[in-house]
Amino acid sequence: MNPDARRAKVDSALPASQPRRRFLDYLLGTSAVATLAAIFYPIFKFMSPPQIVESTENSVVAAKLSEVPPNSGKIFKFGNKPGILVHTASGEFKAFSAVCTHLECIVQYRDDTKQIWCACHNGQYNLSGKNIGGPPPRPLEEYKVNTRGDDVVVTRG
Amino acid sequence: MKIENCKFQIDPVVSGVRLLKDGSRNLQFRVCNFQFAMAFLIASFLLLVLANAAFAQKKSSCIECHIKLDDTRLSAPAKLFDNDIHKSRGLSCNDCHGGDPNADKKEDAKNPSKGYLGKPKTLDIPAYCGKCHSDANLMKRFNPSLRVDQEREYYTSVHGRLLKEKSETRVATCISCHSVHGIRAPSDPLSSVYPSNVATTCAKCHASADYMKPFGIPSDQFDKYKTSVHAKALYDKQDLSAPTCNDCHGNHGATPPGIASVANVCGQCHSRQAELFQTSPHKKAFDDKQLAECITCHSNHAIIKPNDQMIGTQQGTLCVNCHSNGDKGFIAAGMMRSRIDELIASIDKSTAILKDAEQKGMEVSKPKFELKGATDALTHARVLIHSSSTAEVDKVVAPGLDAAAKGYQAGLAALGERRFRREGLVVSLVFILFLALLVYLKIRQIESRSASASNKG
Amino acid sequence: MRINDLTNWLDERLAISTLMHLADKKEVPVHRHSIWYYFGGMTLFLFCVQVATGILLLLYYRPSAENAFESVQFIITEVKFGWLIRSIHSWSANLMIATLFIHMFSVFFLRSYYPPREITWVSGAFLLIIVICFGFSGYLLPWNKLAFFATKVGTEIAGVVPIVGRPILRFLRGGDDVTGATLTRFFGFHVAVLPATATVFIGVHVALVQLHGMHVPKKYEDSYQRMKFFPNFILRDAIGWILAIGVLAALAALFPWELGEKADPFAPAPAGIKPEWYFLFMFQTLKWIPAKVLGMDGEVLGIMAFNLIALLLFIVPFIDRDPENRRRHLIFNICGVVALMYIVVMTIVGYVAK
Repeated sequence: MNPDARRAKVDSALPASQPRRRFLDYLLGTSAVATLAAIFYPIFKFMSPPQIVESTENSVVAAKLSEVPPNSGKIFKFGNKPGILVHTASGEFKAFSAVCTHLECIVQYRDDTKQIWCACHNGQYNLSGKNIGGPPPRPLEEYKVNTRGDDVVVTRG
Repeated sequence: MKIENCKFQIDPVVSGVRLLKDGSRNLQFRVCNFQFAMAFLIASFLLLVLANAAFAQKKSSCIECHIKLDDTRLSAPAKLFDNDIHKSRGLSCNDCHGGDPNADKKEDAKNPSKGYLGKPKTLDIPAYCGKCHSDANLMKRFNPSLRVDQEREYYTSVHGRLLKEKSETRVATCISCHSVHGIRAPSDPLSSVYPSNVATTCAKCHASADYMKPFGIPSDQFDKYKTSVHAKALYDKQDLSAPTCNDCHGNHGATPPGIASVANVCGQCHSRQAELFQTSPHKKAFDDKQLAECITCHSNHAIIKPNDQMIGTQQGTLCVNCHSNGDKGFIAAGMMRSRIDELIASIDKSTAILKDAEQKGMEVSKPKFELKGATDALTHARVLIHSSSTAEVDKVVAPGLDAAAKGYQAGLAALGERRFRREGLVVSLVFILFLALLVYLKIRQIESRSASASNKG
Repeated sequence: MRINDLTNWLDERLAISTLMHLADKKEVPVHRHSIWYYFGGMTLFLFCVQVATGILLLLYYRPSAENAFESVQFIITEVKFGWLIRSIHSWSANLMIATLFIHMFSVFFLRSYYPPREITWVSGAFLLIIVICFGFSGYLLPWNKLAFFATKVGTEIAGVVPIVGRPILRFLRGGDDVTGATLTRFFGFHVAVLPATATVFIGVHVALVQLHGMHVPKKYEDSYQRMKFFPNFILRDAIGWILAIGVLAALAALFPWELGEKADPFAPAPAGIKPEWYFLFMFQTLKWIPAKVLGMDGEVLGIMAFNLIALLLFIVPFIDRDPENRRRHLIFNICGVVALMYIVVMTIVGYVAK
């Protein structure tokens, strides 16, 4: 007896269960699809590129060239710490940790004294990051700066 | 062979120039290259080595004799001198004390006709050191940036004035602080005037109640200083830029800063606070009342780390010492305190919710980072109270409050995200469990079917 | 009939109907201990979850000391459902090791390694080692403080072994110290070497199971029923897998796998460094073992003992091969129970101990 014929025989033997089986198959199919969707939805979401495209904390685009004219500075987020990017009056780019070594205030660039300055307690650093006045006990950590097209890229280490 | 007459020595600092001593106390420099050239030509290699060895060890009968003496008072200087900065600069006993180090007999070596001076009296010590240290031309050769006004400064100090005007010999002179014969550079960590050793050096006399009694000054400064925030920075954090005695009192010109100058002294480091104070209404009031600026609130030797309880209108704050309810300063103090308290509360609230979110497994390092803006504002606001201006304080408190509020919002969002995840979980679990149930039903169906099929067959 | 044509065309080339026929004929014995048959399949399913989530994580992960931690942080904060994928990968790894241990002990106690299934057992033992290597190498990849020091301690232990220890340590660390070089090579092992090896061994293992069929314990040899593998058994398997997905989702949502702090090679070791739970019993043993045992270095002795046990594990089916040997039977049961108790107790002790 071939399988089809056997099934036909069984089916005819149990006519009452036929609609119930169909219903079960239908439900099974739908919920399998729903579960698969619940599995694949996060996967597709995961694969679609996130808003911030890169995870690089080792280097970061600190600013656009146009944002930092000579003799100005900018605070940027570098990992979990703020950094300060300085475009010196002589056209050089410098970058340091912006966390004052005294009481962890955020430092800023002063275009009049051409120094990095902490407003909290008047800590002063020169443009090599060295503490030259006020209470800071240590120099600021220095980062490397490169320009890549219009981007100013700051790198640790 | 002129070489024996030319007693020279190679100075490690002033290289290329050989310091020549000609018996008198005046130092002369003469380039002996010619003699050297002659030596090279005439003497054999062996001879040269021997000669060099002889030059390196300049003869000093002072040390040779003194080091053997049983009386430690007399032998100690010879021993100590080994570590003395003056020795490393090529000087020897006779450069200060005179005499003839080449003479073998005591009478010859210590003959006053050879310029022998002996031990100076206490009254003469400043001038004794000043012979060289006040001579700009001479000092330049050893260290061009070294100051030469120490002696002059000394005579402006309380120590120096007592010494000069009252012939008081119990005061500190050069050697009391710098030690003698074993004098080290102030940058040498073993020096008695190295930043972390200064306070102990001053305390040798100033912490002794008996010693200070005739002068009628207290002796608790050192004990007080040890409790201060400055001492903590210097000793605990090993921050050598932290002030010790001489940073406020001056070193050679040591004097207690007067009422007029105390703000300038503190302002050397705390310049922002000093600057703000100068613009504040307190400036005139303090001047009129002859109050010393910083120390009226912060005290002098036992300066503790400032805290927010110092400002405000409650009992125990410093403001109420002068201000009474209703006056302008009283109101300003109350407002500044409440603004700072508000910011602290706001930061605490944000920190708490972010911590909560973090403990619940949410990643909140970014908002935690951004909350630094608020703590930054708090530190800044605590400085700005020196302006005594509510408006000034508000300029940083307001953005600080904004930053803190943002942190709180981020915390709320993180907790919301956590709720969303749980709800999403419930929904997907319903699907999953339902599917599992259906598969189970399907199995039963298949098995009942095959069972009945086999029964039939 | 176009569909029939296509089916026939494929059938001629892929022998589908033969396979279907085989699947249709494949049966699973049903008896009191049938439940243990599911754990092999469950382990395989969790391995597939690991492969899938692992591939997804690869899209964003960066294997370098500078970027690893940040990229994982990026995955769980910036990437949509990154927290889910990452947590599932971590949880599934742990569940997989748990089901693997259950599978191994059930096979051991049911004596499923009797001839002709020795090679199946040996390939399984290889898979155990491979999975443990997966765990050890994967633990370091987020480059956080705990993982860094746990790896340091773990490789240090390998270095204690006389003669070969030092070269092994250097090989594992890619140098004398745990550095970015260690991370890159652990990454290489974790995503290339180990998966390739695992695939081969899983292939052999599963093929052998098909070849020999399911083993039936002697007790039930005469009186067991059969269940069709397809669809009856596979659907039961499916229920387990579906529930596993649910459990993983729940664990990931309720107990997200922590990331911790970034590793700092210059920072002092934090207190209470512990390896992953499946190493705890060995870790605890090495902690308790006296410094000197019979004139030998205790730690070395402990490590050698574990190596010996691992070796014994491989040759189990070659020692115990006679189903009639009752005494050996008993000894093996006692050994198995003692080992199981030891692992459970020492793991708990390791957890509770400071």
